[in-house]
Amino acid sequence: MRGLSFFNVAALTLGLAFLYIPILLLVIYSFNESRLVTVWGGFSTRWYGELFRNEPLMRAAWVTIRVAFVTAIFATILGTLAALALTRHGRFRGRALFTGLIYAPMVMPEVITGLSLLLLFVAINLDRGFWTIAVAHTTFAMCFVTVIVQSRLMAFDRTLEEAALDLGAPPWKVFFTITLPIVAPAILAGFLLAFTLSMDDLVIASFTSGPGATTLPMRIYSQVRLGGTPEINAASAILIGLVATAVVIATIVMRRSARMRAAQAD
Amino acid sequence: MQHFTRRLVIIIPYLWLAAFFLWPMAIVLKIALSEPRLAQPPYWPLLDLAAGWDGLVAFFKALSFENFVFLAQDDLYIASLLSSLRISLISTAILITIGFPIAHAMARAPRSWRPILVAAMILPFWTSFLIRVYAWIGILRPEGFLNHYLIGAGLISEPLTILNTEYAVFIALVYTYLPFMVLPLYATLERMDHTLIEAARDLGASRARAFWTVTVPLAKPGIIAGSLLCFIPITGEFVVPDLLGGSQTLMIGRTLWVEFFSNRDWPVAAAVAMVLLVVLVVPIVIFREAESRRMEAGAKGGAKGGAGARDKGERP
Amino acid sequence: MKRGGVRAVGAVRQDFAPWADPGAVPFIRFENVSKRFGDQVAVADLSLDIYQGEFFCLLGPSGCGKSTLMRMLAGFEAPTGGRILLGDADLAGVAPNRRPVNMMFQSYALFPHMSVEKNIAYGLRQEGMARDAIAARVADMLKLVQMERFAGRAPDQLSGGQRQRVALARALAKRPRVLLLDEPLAALDKKLREETQFELMDIQIELGTTFIVVTHDQEEAMTMADRIAVMDAGRVVQVATPGVIYEQPASRFVADFVGEINLFEARVEGGGAGGDAGGAAGDGALWSLRASEGETAFRVDDPDEALAPGDAVAVAVRPEKMRVFREAEAADAGAVNTLAGEIWDIGYLGDWTVYRIKLDNGRIIRVTRANATRFTENPLALEERVCVDFAPDAAVILRD
Repeated sequence: MRGLSFFNVAALTLGLAFLYIPILLLVIYSFNESRLVTVWGGFSTRWYGELFRNEPLMRAAWVTIRVAFVTAIFATILGTLAALALTRHGRFRGRALFTGLIYAPMVMPEVITGLSLLLLFVAINLDRGFWTIAVAHTTFAMCFVTVIVQSRLMAFDRTLEEAALDLGAPPWKVFFTITLPIVAPAILAGFLLAFTLSMDDLVIASFTSGPGATTLPMRIYSQVRLGGTPEINAASAILIGLVATAVVIATIVMRRSARMRAAQAD
Repeated sequence: MQHFTRRLVIIIPYLWLAAFFLWPMAIVLKIALSEPRLAQPPYWPLLDLAAGWDGLVAFFKALSFENFVFLAQDDLYIASLLSSLRISLISTAILITIGFPIAHAMARAPRSWRPILVAAMILPFWTSFLIRVYAWIGILRPEGFLNHYLIGAGLISEPLTILNTEYAVFIALVYTYLPFMVLPLYATLERMDHTLIEAARDLGASRARAFWTVTVPLAKPGIIAGSLLCFIPITGEFVVPDLLGGSQTLMIGRTLWVEFFSNRDWPVAAAVAMVLLVVLVVPIVIFREAESRRMEAGAKGGAKGGAGARDKGERP
Repeated sequence: MKRGGVRAVGAVRQDFAPWADPGAVPFIRFENVSKRFGDQVAVADLSLDIYQGEFFCLLGPSGCGKSTLMRMLAGFEAPTGGRILLGDADLAGVAPNRRPVNMMFQSYALFPHMSVEKNIAYGLRQEGMARDAIAARVADMLKLVQMERFAGRAPDQLSGGQRQRVALARALAKRPRVLLLDEPLAALDKKLREETQFELMDIQIELGTTFIVVTHDQEEAMTMADRIAVMDAGRVVQVATPGVIYEQPASRFVADFVGEINLFEARVEGGGAGGDAGGAAGDGALWSLRASEGETAFRVDDPDEALAPGDAVAVAVRPEKMRVFREAEAADAGAVNTLAGEIWDIGYLGDWTVYRIKLDNGRIIRVTRANATRFTENPLALEERVCVDFAPDAAVILRD
């Protein structure tokens, strides 16, 4: 612990405790036999069973996963294109507006984004449902993908591409054999981020969904408003578990690429 | 061909954002200037392009600032806007106070620990926002964990009322936005050369003075980035005040939601959105400028630094 | 250095001098090439011929345009004016991936996601070469750079010197007609750099490929090159063999950039082919000059025909071509090519000792002395009064 003062250690410990205790409590009490959320009634997986029998919740989960998947695919493609445009095309006309359009949705309050998209769908008379949610999610998720891929592209050593050209590869082949493989970890990270952002979203989905397309966060929200049930704890624990697994995998992938990047930087 | 594909790389994402971000904003503005109708869609006038120029003129004549006048006359809207800004400012201040020591400790930690600490900071932030807010309901409610343990420990005899007050809102906002503050701060502090502190100490500065005169000024870009990343979305926050704030906590995002979903007054909701947007436009522009400057600096400085602070994927 | 009737200066390969042969056809020609970035001129109306099989160095300070020149040859930049010919073909409009030219990058630019073997095979795969032919060529290349044992390694598992070898092997694998090397040794430490210089020369002679090296390191250029082009501000200021560059620099810039030199401002008094230089030994190129500061007389043996009495020139002398001795020991202090002063600094470098001497007119000059013996009796000390002199043929007259 060289260099860490007592104050540093205290800040880290308290900070991490603050971040993790609520989540841990939620996970632990999802195995609580008792219906009373704070009284421990013994270990049980009863609520997990109930959760899987809760048909509307399962349907919502399925909708959410599908929306997230479609969103992640579209957002990754669009975000990667935008990142390429920003890093590889210098000063094109309308670049200032373009960067504005990339950064604004990331900080825009969700109520505004949601409302504006809903009003658009109404104005063009589009039936709301699965696809409108996916389009809405793609719009803000792609901006996050752009920022991730852009930072990777900016750190990218352009001489690698020149070397490949010099060795006789035509430009399209350089892109697919050199650029894409090296940027791939960032694109994958962007995909995962877009997926979780979409799975996570309540506000924008509430505005842009229609009958028949209720997402999991919408369902959880309405149940929480009514007081919450142990089933929601179980659903939360599952989601947390999934995310933790995904993050561990992503960390390993990113580490590998960081090694590569370090080698490149030498 | 080559040229055409290069153009497409710009045009496709550009058109998407224009169609699904810029155009919707224009529609919000238009509807904010319309009046509500009991119809589908529930506002008037409707733009009828088939009517040609006359239709266009008639359309613009029918627009009015009535909704904004209404907003200005009704205390509710001004109060919720002011209350939003107040809550957002206080939360951001708390976030800086709590986030700085954490980020500073992370940056001072041995190099091999840092990726793990960053991952630990990011992990909760990947889990659902809604679930993290929900976790606090279980903790803060009168018969919740906090009161349970405090009474159990004999510190209090009556349960504290925290849920459905502004305190609960502050706690949950600080909790959910903490990584947004810590990560940009960490990014700047980590890049800072520690020998600068040693130089300041060598030149006679006390530990505290070195911190205030060297560390804090150099961390300013991180403080600004983190503050904007927290302040802007918190001002428009809906979930936290709705689930934890009780009925007396006014926030503009929630007011908009109620106006839209409960009162079905779309023009007024759109006007509220417009007001919120105007209030936030300055910080958003500052944020964009700071981010693109950081991007460029990052490019010059090589692989270090990296992405916008809110991206969950980037870790060193 | 040979002395006598014919003046000769060091060259790497005595039998290789196509530039001296009027019948030889240049392999690469830069014809009035210029390159502007915005309003910044990187290369200004530059013409240069390079011959087949040459080891050619572009030497100059950073920002002199040498890298731009190389990148134009590789095809990464297009000239704003003039043309570049390779053989008989104008390279204008030929994409970098279609040029018979390969480059070794300063950063090496090894693909981090491919093994050593795959890196070397990359260029061959683009040619559509058969799989076993590629394997054979890669094996050859690994052998050439002595990296057989590292074929399966990833670039990040190699040391700097090993990466340099892989980069070289990769660039040579396609048997390019010209190999461009951009600061090839800049990332290596001093010892390794010296070894590698000789290895590069061996490989170049073995393969007979034309090598063009860009460097800012004069020692590197002097060691390896058949000819050096010294560049300054987008122009070539001198193209010659290393020996000529060093011993007969064309300008003050070249003299100053390559090696150390002492410059004395002077005015021509007489001499030359038909002049009178005080009846000196009949070389026919002996000039007498007088220093602009002080009254020192110089006599310089330099076959420069275009001088006239009264011309302002500089007398340039390399530090190792000057002698330093105690004033008391001087036979005729104040004689021609003799300057008096005192020892200002002494730097002992092992093989050499560097004396900085403050002349009586206030100028500080540099004189080096080889430490040919292990011990010196009664060595020169700081602040001692000394005289410095040089032979008439040790100096060069610079006009600009």
